[in-house]
Amino acid sequence: MKPLHLRNFTATSCIGKGVAATLKSLLEQRSGLAGCRFETVDIPTYIGEVAGVDEQRLPEDLRRFDCRNNRLAELALQQDGFFEAVQQAASRLGGRRVGVFMGTSTAGILQTELAYRERDPVSGALPASFEYGSTHNSFSVADYLRRRCGLEGPAVAVSCACASSAKAFGSARRMLEAGLIDAALVGGVDSLCLTTLYGFHSLQLSSPAPCRPFDVARDGISIGEGAALALLERAPDDLDGDSVLLLGVGESSDAYHMSAPHPEGLGARRAMRAALASAVLDPGDIDYINLHGTGTPSNDRSESHAVTSVFGPTTPCSSTKGATGHTLGAAGALEAVISALAVKNGFMPGGVHTSTIDPTLTALYIRDNRRASIRRVMSNSFGFGGTNCSLILGRAG
Amino acid sequence: MKLSAYVGGLGVLGPGLANWPDAAAVLSGQAVYRPAPTVLPMPAMLAAAERRRVGRVVKLALGVALEATSQAGENPMELASVFSSSGGDGQNCHELCLALSLAGREISPTRFANSVHNAAAGYWSIGTGATVESSVLCAFDASFCAGLLEAMTQIAVDRLPVLLVAYDSEYPQPLHAKRPIPDAFGVALVLTPLRRASSLARLDAELSDLGVDRFEDPAFEALRASFPAARALPLLRLLASRNGGSAILEYLDVSRLQVEIAPCV
Repeated sequence: MKPLHLRNFTATSCIGKGVAATLKSLLEQRSGLAGCRFETVDIPTYIGEVAGVDEQRLPEDLRRFDCRNNRLAELALQQDGFFEAVQQAASRLGGRRVGVFMGTSTAGILQTELAYRERDPVSGALPASFEYGSTHNSFSVADYLRRRCGLEGPAVAVSCACASSAKAFGSARRMLEAGLIDAALVGGVDSLCLTTLYGFHSLQLSSPAPCRPFDVARDGISIGEGAALALLERAPDDLDGDSVLLLGVGESSDAYHMSAPHPEGLGARRAMRAALASAVLDPGDIDYINLHGTGTPSNDRSESHAVTSVFGPTTPCSSTKGATGHTLGAAGALEAVISALAVKNGFMPGGVHTSTIDPTLTALYIRDNRRASIRRVMSNSFGFGGTNCSLILGRAG
Repeated sequence: MKLSAYVGGLGVLGPGLANWPDAAAVLSGQAVYRPAPTVLPMPAMLAAAERRRVGRVVKLALGVALEATSQAGENPMELASVFSSSGGDGQNCHELCLALSLAGREISPTRFANSVHNAAAGYWSIGTGATVESSVLCAFDASFCAGLLEAMTQIAVDRLPVLLVAYDSEYPQPLHAKRPIPDAFGVALVLTPLRRASSLARLDAELSDLGVDRFEDPAFEALRASFPAARALPLLRLLASRNGGSAILEYLDVSRLQVEIAPCV
């Protein structure tokens, strides 16, 4: 693929609002996970909740989009001059030449969960104030952002569980390369809701402790929430060396099981190899891998198999989900931004909360930050339904 | 900027429409359209245990996908896919929200796994063994054109044959009152970058400002307007007529998609 320039990017998660706070937490190896006190949820688990989402307000004319997910999107939009950068792109290129590609798994479904508690006792009807299309529907966050930023190009939500926002980069890449648009607002927004908290609990996939990816005693995920956004454009020739490029995207399907990964990570291997092929790179060109690394016994085993079979046992890798939690549909974009911070600032983030690395996992998992000049990072995202996506980000120089 | 592809096969399921030949007959005026509840086939490609687990929306998507790939004579394992739905599995979503509103909040793990928007794509991949990439999209009422754009850009850029599946089914009450999709409607198209012996027509698509094509027949217009996937009907009408022409499809509030259709004769 032709490299794409991340002209601007931002991330908001439990480890920080904006890239400076996110970078500081990563450098200090600080985790944002805490015991779950979200809403009325009564589950012994840890979550990565973003502070201040409830207080966020949307502009008056977009009030019908009001829900936790779009408040989180608005909060993220206000960091790092991102909103201004998108508006500048729209005025420079024309609003019709800027597309929107947003990954989300549950969008504003919390709004529906709350509305179901307020059903009319006689008719069973949902409250009149409840809006489906602009809150619950998967498209709501893409629709909110396109209206908020005045964009009139193609817009879509990519919703394939935990690979959603990594795959949003794939859709944006194709549309940029086809010449239909000149810039893309790409990313992912997923917020806490009861469906995922109780759902992963029902599958016995959520840990009662902060998640410990690749630990010998790992016992599940910690759900987080987050919003990560990037403004992608075709890369000009005169970029300075610190600029970050999207170099490769690889996608695949497991064809195996709805809620369990292929035990040997066959789909993950295909996605990683496809990403390398699209970037015209060899495994040895990748300096660090930001793993999907959820902290479930089966994901980490399968991913370790896959990484070792493609890269051998010497490429450093880690999961940042011990810090941020698993932000589900936002994870791909959040970890793409973390990868961008890694190549820009010359470090590999060590995996937080992991104390004893599972000796049966052969991939080279790092627990401590490493300072190194790294040029290229692979970021993995896999989801229910057996959907896989690997991204490669790198320095322009 | 035009995007081009060849249509190799179609699948349709909807109210009173059992398959593409049925739909083509009524759309081209050779048969009278008689609306009736959509009948969904059992997805024979799935193992018995999986067949029991899947909801109407998955049966709908798999049904049209299978018809389109069989008609095109394509091996499903070799097709990239785009699944675009305005809302996913309404019944499953209702059951989860209901359970979460009750004391105890006991929810079924299978229901949760099936609640992902990519459930149909996942079952398609499991049922056919396709390990090729699959895009799963939602653009609310614009979902058909969002899917068509994704499939046609994939063809333009990656030169892969693509299966496009657009599908919507109903929510039960009380969500139905907020999102009144009346039944189930799905359409699938096999699209290829190059003309093949099985190609039915060439499509050239571009974004447009022109007015949306509607139907004079109130039954067809109601169908088009009530299912996001049925926004494809003006395109299907031209494919059924085998005459070619231009269809302007409803997309986002600010744009339409104009598709030129040239039959392969």
